[in-house]
Amino acid sequence: MTWFQKWRRGEGAQGLFLISPTLAFTLLLLAVPLVMVIVLSFWTQDYLTLHRTFSLENYRTAWTEPMYQYLMARSLKISMLVTAMTVLLAYPVAYFISFRVSPKRKAMWIFLITIPFWTSYLMRIFLWKVILGYNGVVNGSLMGLGVIEQPLSFILYNQNAVVLTLAHAWVPFAILPIFVALERVDRSLIEAAEDLGDTKWRRFLRVTLPLSMPGVIAATIIVFIPTIGDYVTPRLVGGPNGLMIANMIELQFKKANDAPLGAALAISAMIIVTCVALIFIWLNKKYIREAK
Amino acid sequence: MTQPIIQLSGLDKFYGNFQALSQVDLDIKTGEFFSLLGPSGCGKTTLLRSIAGFETPSAGSLYIDGQSMDGVPANKRPTNMVFQSYAIFPHMSVAENVAYGLKARKLPKAEIKTRVTDAIAMVGLQGFGERASHGLSGGQRQRVALARALVLKPRVLLLDEPLSALDKKLREQMQSELRQLQRAVGITFVLVTHDQEEALTMSDRIAVMFDGTIAQVATPQDLYGQPCSRLVANFIGMMNFLDAKILSTSGETVDVDVQSFGKLTLPLGQATGGLEGCDAVGVRPEMLTILTGSQTAEREIEAVVSEVFYYGDMTYYDVRLPFKEESVTITMRNTAGRSILGVGEKARVGWSASSLLLLK
Amino acid sequence: MLRKGHIFKWYIGIFLVFLYAPAILLPVFAFNDSSIVSFPLKGFTTKWFAVLQTNETLHVAVGNSLMIAVTTALFSTLFGVLAARASTRFVFPARRSIMGFIMLPMVLPEIIIGVSLLVVIIQMGFELSLWSIILGHILICTPFCIAILSSAFMNLDQSLEEASFDLGQTRWNTFWLVIIPLVMPGIVASLLIAFTISLDEFIIAFFLAGTEPTLPVYIWGQLRFPAKLPSLMALGTILLVLSISLLLVADYFRRRGIRKTGIENTGGFL
Repeated sequence: MTWFQKWRRGEGAQGLFLISPTLAFTLLLLAVPLVMVIVLSFWTQDYLTLHRTFSLENYRTAWTEPMYQYLMARSLKISMLVTAMTVLLAYPVAYFISFRVSPKRKAMWIFLITIPFWTSYLMRIFLWKVILGYNGVVNGSLMGLGVIEQPLSFILYNQNAVVLTLAHAWVPFAILPIFVALERVDRSLIEAAEDLGDTKWRRFLRVTLPLSMPGVIAATIIVFIPTIGDYVTPRLVGGPNGLMIANMIELQFKKANDAPLGAALAISAMIIVTCVALIFIWLNKKYIREAK
Repeated sequence: MTQPIIQLSGLDKFYGNFQALSQVDLDIKTGEFFSLLGPSGCGKTTLLRSIAGFETPSAGSLYIDGQSMDGVPANKRPTNMVFQSYAIFPHMSVAENVAYGLKARKLPKAEIKTRVTDAIAMVGLQGFGERASHGLSGGQRQRVALARALVLKPRVLLLDEPLSALDKKLREQMQSELRQLQRAVGITFVLVTHDQEEALTMSDRIAVMFDGTIAQVATPQDLYGQPCSRLVANFIGMMNFLDAKILSTSGETVDVDVQSFGKLTLPLGQATGGLEGCDAVGVRPEMLTILTGSQTAEREIEAVVSEVFYYGDMTYYDVRLPFKEESVTITMRNTAGRSILGVGEKARVGWSASSLLLLK
Repeated sequence: MLRKGHIFKWYIGIFLVFLYAPAILLPVFAFNDSSIVSFPLKGFTTKWFAVLQTNETLHVAVGNSLMIAVTTALFSTLFGVLAARASTRFVFPARRSIMGFIMLPMVLPEIIIGVSLLVVIIQMGFELSLWSIILGHILICTPFCIAILSSAFMNLDQSLEEASFDLGQTRWNTFWLVIIPLVMPGIVASLLIAFTISLDEFIIAFFLAGTEPTLPVYIWGQLRFPAKLPSLMALGTILLVLSISLLLVADYFRRRGIRKTGIENTGGFL
């Protein structure tokens, strides 16, 4: 047998052969398109004619125009708020399911958490509009209870509404990884900490929390990166001051007909989000090292 | 003499830089119950899987029934395997599991049916044919695995630690059943185990493996009575070691200076692994006796009892011999009227030169 | 005074109310006898469901969505089976990076996927069609399918395969006689999840839809007209019931698979 025949019959070759269709599909429909978007972002377009010469014009516009800077900063802020709120909301729930629910019922609770997620995406956002609206559920009940005289206007068509709606949409995605991480925490470690004299709160901070950090990081990444790309929620509940960078990207690709600028905005947003995510992971690793 | 059913020579197996098997030479005779014994990670399972065809050796040759197995895949080899996890197909009934290999050979339906029924009866599972396999107990799963492999009438049956998942009582029962089954069918069995007692009680011959090499191949009696090295002696039962120095050899005898025991002349045959590199004398705990009253022995030595372990039928004594740091273990049967010594008491230890082995 | 444990339970209760608020309001408004979607409620009616029956555009959109969802489910499960089998059974060069890359659409903003596919299709000179949506949906569903199928393949004892091979079967037959039956529950769950995700996906579909709308794209268009809202609530209710039923079926198959392979049942979806 030549080495090639040996290799062909080996594990490596069989694995690569099996994965090749999926890999080829992803390369063709993810890698190639992403490269094309990058190329496009260095071209320019006026009205319908595309100039295929290398230019940094789009990036200059994206990074210096106050409107884009402002939108980018706001999107980043909203995404961070959504992430923080989602993880903070999710952690106690994941903890509850992992530590307080009997093992037989855990699957049912996870199912319970994921059900609302299967309500039509658009409907869910729209219903938040109904809940938060001027004549909506919140105002209606608060007025009925006599808590307020006038309907609250600060709860819809602004950034708070966007944060709340997005947090609602993503919270199941944050609960799942944190739950999985908490399930992996060896219960005897917590008992050991108790045995060694730690109080409830201290053993949570020194054992449970650091050991569940991988789940928190996963939750953060899963929520933070995709939320920057949502343009439906800001459009429906955000009002004029709640719009995000994705709305601008959509506008450039559709109505404004400046795809190269849209591509540059999309890539800029991706780079910024990735950098922020990487910094977060780095800080977290540092925290875990120091907690030990 | 008939040809060996399995012949291995110069077998090597590398996983990256790790050498799992190193220059393994081994002949297994037709119809024998053969065991591969060794601690975990010694390469015994790799060797078994190489015979089965699940591992491709890096070098060397493997013949089964006189045929080279080079390039022959597992499904074309005249071997069948009982897996450690039993690997019973959970979505099939007992009968479907047993019929699996026969169906692969595309035998006529009627023949499959009778052979399956016979095989199920042979392992004592009459009436279990239609049972779903996922509800079976550990012992029953093992019987299904045996029936499934034996129904194909393989030249060699390979068993990968088949008893390790069973509790002690069931394990002992299955040991004798396996032995009887092997005699009844007359097929060569090759068993992998890390349990020396299991290997001793079941096998015709045993190969002891350490670090990817075979240390000794022998019958159970020879392995216990004449181990070829301290490593083997220690793995099979207990043995006491005393430092020894070879002074001179002359013809059939060797003069040695043994710690505590002094200068002796031993026949060359007691250097079971050859004279080269020998630096110790080994003696089994039951070959030493604690003498009481007027009892005498061929040779005697004064000792002090340092520890006593009472086991009911037996008592294990740890005693201190003169000029030796570590204690020596002696096992005594608790026969009627025999009193048990206490810690710190003096004891006369009886021994004989013929029970000593000169080892490396 | 509230005890510590009570605060925790209160929190979980309030959280569940927050989580379920939209899902509960949906059927409430669907059966509300008023053309305005707001409180107070007026009375019970099923007329909004009746309206759906005669809406031609809606029926076309549903047809498109079903076609897309079925095709997506089949292809992403096929890709998922190949990738899950490869990554759980074989060690091959760059396995982690390849799997990471294939799973990437799970964390990528959907708008990026929508935009990049749009660019490729336009630049290559193809027309936007239902097929462009299908390609996008396969891309985002495959990682979910891999996640489900990987656990199914991982629960598979490798010695079962070896046993089949040892008993004289070929690799090909072993795959069909042993592997596929044992991972079947995972395959069914994967099909259902991909179908459900595709049926509800809007962001990519909106970017890649040509002249033929999918169901979410149709809903998006209708959200602008207040008069259409009550019937949309009825539609949403039907979709919710459908999704939950499909998920229950998927979960049933997943559990059955776990029982069969005899592994302790903990955890839920994904």
